[in-house]
Amino acid sequence: MAQIFNRSANTIAKASIVGLVILGGVIFYGITVFARSSYITGVSIDRPQPVQFSHKHHTGDDGIDCRYCHTSVETSNSAGLPPTQTCMNCHQQIWSDSPYLAIVRDSYRDNKPIQWERVHDLPDYVYFNHSIHVAKGVGCSTCHGQIDDMPAVHQVNTLQMEWCLSCHRQPENFVRPKSEIYNHDWIDGSTTLEQRAQLSKDYKLRAPDMLTSCSTCHR
Amino acid sequence: MTGRHSEDSKKNFALMRDRILEQQGKNYWRSLDEFVDAPEFEEFVSREFPQHAETWEDPVSRRSFLKLMGASLALAGLSSACVIQPPEKVVPWVRQPEEIVPGKSLFFATAMTLGGVAVGLLARSYDGRPVKIEGNSDHPGSLGSTDKFAQASLLTMYDPDRAQDFLFRNAPRSWDRFVAEMRQIIDQNRPNGGAGIRFLSETTTSPTLINQFRQILADLPNARWYQYDAHNNDNGLAGAKMAFGENVHAAYNFAAADIVLSLDSDFLDSFNVRYPRDFSDRRRVTLDKKDMNRLYQVETTLTITGAKADHRLAIKPSQMENFARAVAAGLGVANAGGNAGEHAAWITPMVADLRAHGGRSLIIAGDHQPPIIHALAHAMNAALGNIGKTVTLHEPIAANTAGADARTQIEGLRELVRDIDAGAVQTLVILGGNPMYDTPADLKFTPERMDKIQMRAHLSLYRNETSKYCHWNLPQTHYLEEWSDARAFDGTATLIQPLVAPLYGGKSVHEVVNVFARENFDRNGYDIVKEFWQGQGLGGSLRPLVATTTGGAATGNAPRPAASPQASPATQQNTNQNGANRGQNANTNANANTNTGGNTNSGTGLTNGGQATPLANTSGQGPSLNATTLSNSGSPAGQAQANNNTSATNAVIPPAAQGFENAWRKAVHDGFIPNTTAAPRNVAPRTDFLGQTAGLQAGNGNNVVEVVVLPDPSVYDGRFSNNAWLQELPKPLTKLTWDNVLLVSPRTAERLGLNQGRGKYENDAGAEEGTSFVSTRGGNLFADLVTLRVNGQQMSKPLPVWVQPGQPDEVVTIFTGYGRTDAGRIGSGIGYNAYEAITSNSMSFGLGEITRTGEQYELASTQTHFNAEGRDILRVRELEDYLAHPEDGHQPDVYPLSMYPKYEYLGHKWGMAIDMNACVGCNACVVACQAENNIPVVGKLQVQRSREMHWLRIDSYYGGDPNDPEGPHFQPMLCQHCEQAPCEPVCPVHATVHDSEGLNVMVYNRCIGTRYCSNNCPYKVRRFNFLLYQDWDTPQYKLMRNPEVTVRSRGVMEKCTYCTQRIALARIEAQKDGGRQVRDGEVVTACQSVCPTEAIIFGDLNDETSAVNKLKKEQRNYQVLHELNTQPRTTYLAALKNQNKAMPDYRELPRLSKEHGKEQERAPVGTESAPGTGSH
Repeated sequence: MAQIFNRSANTIAKASIVGLVILGGVIFYGITVFARSSYITGVSIDRPQPVQFSHKHHTGDDGIDCRYCHTSVETSNSAGLPPTQTCMNCHQQIWSDSPYLAIVRDSYRDNKPIQWERVHDLPDYVYFNHSIHVAKGVGCSTCHGQIDDMPAVHQVNTLQMEWCLSCHRQPENFVRPKSEIYNHDWIDGSTTLEQRAQLSKDYKLRAPDMLTSCSTCHR
Repeated sequence: MTGRHSEDSKKNFALMRDRILEQQGKNYWRSLDEFVDAPEFEEFVSREFPQHAETWEDPVSRRSFLKLMGASLALAGLSSACVIQPPEKVVPWVRQPEEIVPGKSLFFATAMTLGGVAVGLLARSYDGRPVKIEGNSDHPGSLGSTDKFAQASLLTMYDPDRAQDFLFRNAPRSWDRFVAEMRQIIDQNRPNGGAGIRFLSETTTSPTLINQFRQILADLPNARWYQYDAHNNDNGLAGAKMAFGENVHAAYNFAAADIVLSLDSDFLDSFNVRYPRDFSDRRRVTLDKKDMNRLYQVETTLTITGAKADHRLAIKPSQMENFARAVAAGLGVANAGGNAGEHAAWITPMVADLRAHGGRSLIIAGDHQPPIIHALAHAMNAALGNIGKTVTLHEPIAANTAGADARTQIEGLRELVRDIDAGAVQTLVILGGNPMYDTPADLKFTPERMDKIQMRAHLSLYRNETSKYCHWNLPQTHYLEEWSDARAFDGTATLIQPLVAPLYGGKSVHEVVNVFARENFDRNGYDIVKEFWQGQGLGGSLRPLVATTTGGAATGNAPRPAASPQASPATQQNTNQNGANRGQNANTNANANTNTGGNTNSGTGLTNGGQATPLANTSGQGPSLNATTLSNSGSPAGQAQANNNTSATNAVIPPAAQGFENAWRKAVHDGFIPNTTAAPRNVAPRTDFLGQTAGLQAGNGNNVVEVVVLPDPSVYDGRFSNNAWLQELPKPLTKLTWDNVLLVSPRTAERLGLNQGRGKYENDAGAEEGTSFVSTRGGNLFADLVTLRVNGQQMSKPLPVWVQPGQPDEVVTIFTGYGRTDAGRIGSGIGYNAYEAITSNSMSFGLGEITRTGEQYELASTQTHFNAEGRDILRVRELEDYLAHPEDGHQPDVYPLSMYPKYEYLGHKWGMAIDMNACVGCNACVVACQAENNIPVVGKLQVQRSREMHWLRIDSYYGGDPNDPEGPHFQPMLCQHCEQAPCEPVCPVHATVHDSEGLNVMVYNRCIGTRYCSNNCPYKVRRFNFLLYQDWDTPQYKLMRNPEVTVRSRGVMEKCTYCTQRIALARIEAQKDGGRQVRDGEVVTACQSVCPTEAIIFGDLNDETSAVNKLKKEQRNYQVLHELNTQPRTTYLAALKNQNKAMPDYRELPRLSKEHGKEQERAPVGTESAPGTGSH
């Protein structure tokens, strides 16, 4: 009876074992890369909004403070989205005929809320609280990026758990003085070691094992 | 019954007798099956879940199983990376009311009523949606806690089965059509004074409603208004009338009572949670306070009050009168008569005890006991000098119970039915209730009877049995959707304010009644209630409230109360009209936006459910501000959106009314009006009633037994039938869910041959040998079905039999609230209808004839689930023994025996202590936990498979002889948050771990459903989502859920979290407040907050002064299953009994050994002369 496998089969077998391991690794690596891609995380993806609202114009050019619209950022888990009335505070006077603002005026007149597209969307099992982060010295731009440079807001961070933990493990590297919370131009990590120690003390930052407990963010 | 069954049964009962005689039975047991220890039961408890629940009948081979699993594992890894969140909308307000902060809850004071009695509540509103009910700590009827019904009422509000349309002959019509039609009827009837018009409502104490009817009946003097509730206070009022010659309302002060004798009163399972609170306050034995009250309970059915009693006597209903008379005679009520008979030995020492505590004792009779028992109780209280001390007599508070038109509800119902039969009723307006279902058999609203009424209208939350037979169906508003008022147990006027615009449209009872008013018949509920209180003089000198529609002057709508009280009715009507117009103008703006606006918005809310959804735009029925985070500076009572308008209208209100406006806002904010307790009455006791008798007959010793009809502990009179939380709530004593049963004592069951075998199911899969009291087949409970003929009425459906230890012999108990045909998707078609057994002459008792059908029925009880197998889990001690040897049963610290290093908790270290002496097993915590933590309902079939999801259960442990059991004792069992949790090391994916504050947390996203943790949990407190139990589709339920708690899906383990969301909230607030520690009392778990008896205390163990540490320092404190060294965070305080040694049923409780772990011994307490001997 003739040999079914010739000699080269041995080499092929060995090579394919190595190849499978490599292939497996490549696939795994591919998955991890894919999982962090903006296709999954939504980073840098523009979302068309019903009104062409420009943060760059309002914050960057006009210098309106974040808290003029996001009123509950210091008190509640939600930073708060401004009601139509907030828009109309100014736009009753200026650009009151602009066709861009027709939807806003309609909303105000008909008492129908504007339905915005959510940009920063955490999964429902994560309970993020804006007020505690602001109170503990985490500035807007740390998570949201340079909003004052964004005509249309897009996500700059992955909002994945590894990203959250990177700060929860070493919060002192990311906190800033209270006066700089709403400063869009602040660069994270620009504090000195002494400043970090001082901030950590001033803010009474909790120990990393407390901040990384599951129950800190999940309920 | 075949020969084999009777043999089986003989064997089993013989086994039980042997156990009793040998005294080898377990000290504490939870079901008769456990007590007897039948072989099949052992097999059952050896499995975690019932037998057939585990069998996998799919023909999938092991190989293909592995193949499938491998593939799904690979896909799972891939899919977790590939799932992209669906895009979400964010919907802000158009004009944001200034009090509303997105993401923050507001609390509004409101109230719920049951049987007319109000309990003040604080309802939590999140983004305009009510999501949780709490008690109002300022309200005298609540003191911060609620009962199970108030907790579950939230689910009723969102129930998609609620009535949603105005219907006329089943066709949708508008409210305006109804108004027009009714106005026509009134106009036609005005010449004859409304002779053909009748109103039938539920029991009400609402001053506004009573006043509305006072005005209507002044206008239409021949119209009539009746009230009916199947479980009412008729007997109490009739009894008071017998005892004092006039109607008075009794309120009890358990806080002042050292000795309580309850004649069949289940006051611990009370909607008015003030009674259990006051009672339990007197049972808190601490290091400093060593005295405790004593409760004697004489009852015809085992209740939770009987379970907590220090001495309990089960007697037949027919014996109660004789018993009460004998006690009365002993207490010095002249001519009381009575022959104590077999109970003499029980009565004598009790009477001596009562006489020794004159003025500090309390005798209370059960609502369903005949009037004579109530009268005797009053006479006894008078003889003991308790009146004015522990018993206060007030003006009656319920409608038609005072003044010239006072009558019992049954008298009224008789009159109404007589008129209907005579054809005198042309129009019947039924306001709530369900008379075609729950009226007594001889006064039943039958279709034939209803047909004699030309026009029938029914205002109802549900389209129920009665609605289906009415021309007009009007959807009713839930109490969370309407303005109303009511009075608390002591008469305190309590305001009901809405949290949300009516979810399904609907009108309140005030708005419907207002249609029949002479003028201004289109006022809304807010105006009606507010104007009543304005007319009542709120803010100035408040006029007394009267519970009668005749006699007292009608409180007009006039803003000026001075408006001529002596004026003739006609003049008064005119002034009222003017005043009302003015008042209305003042309020029109504030309430311009009516329900339609709210409904439009709720449409958006349903589809999005996102953040800041302006659902229930607080339109029309706007909630007033009552945020706990804000100061008590009063609240804008009008619509939140109309704040500008309010200030504008304030300008035109005369200064006199400004005082009212302030007082009104304060009342709405606080939830009640102070100083409105019912006026005390000084009445002299009489004894001329002693010649009367209740005349209850005894059974004949054959198949005729005495029957007791009681409200169901979970669904009450049937009004909560469609509430799945309550349906699945294990009833306190039987742990039954989803059914009502017939209770029978073990001896009577044996005599009648009930539940003695497995019948036709014996060959099914399951245990091989032996029978039990409720047949156990792989954990499933089969009950014999019997038919019952009560007072000559044959009940249409067969009744499943439940053998209940503690039930008096020759007495069966049946429960109302089931047998509904049109309750909704949840409540229809389950159980039997006990109302078929009642007649107007005997609403609660009767004689019944039992016939076996030979059929069996499967029940779902959780009593046998998660068995404890007789370990040192429950501790009950005699007070005297405890005070003499408080340190007995000490559990040494065995922490060092652990392999793991000790973790230092630098911040908080959460823990809980549960005082089992205070716990009355009322189940409020179970429902509160369910509401707070989004716990799903699983249904009867899944409960039968032991898959109920309650994170918190209440175990009830019976003690001693099943024919005269001790207890049961209640032990709330929830995750113990063990320091060395057995669940943690066995989890392959680290889904359950400790956090930095000592919580044993469950990470749902990591859980892959191995169930190893549940298997390894010695307390059996982990719950697994075998199926997708959570309703993910019904939009209403999305609105109801607590947004702070993750909604779990299939395949995930879950358990008590110590309300980690509440901890997180308090922690964040404390950290924002300068990074301080959370203070004691800032975190209150849902179960703790609801507990009527404050049995559950939660707090920081690192805080030496915390309330929980104080309790844990008590000598009664112990850990359950201490020997396992799990170091549980939740510990228990032993229950105490304060027995009277002179009583014949004094029982020696098992003594604890000096050191835990030594053999427990049953040495009598009295013979404690040689400590250190034996096993000490």
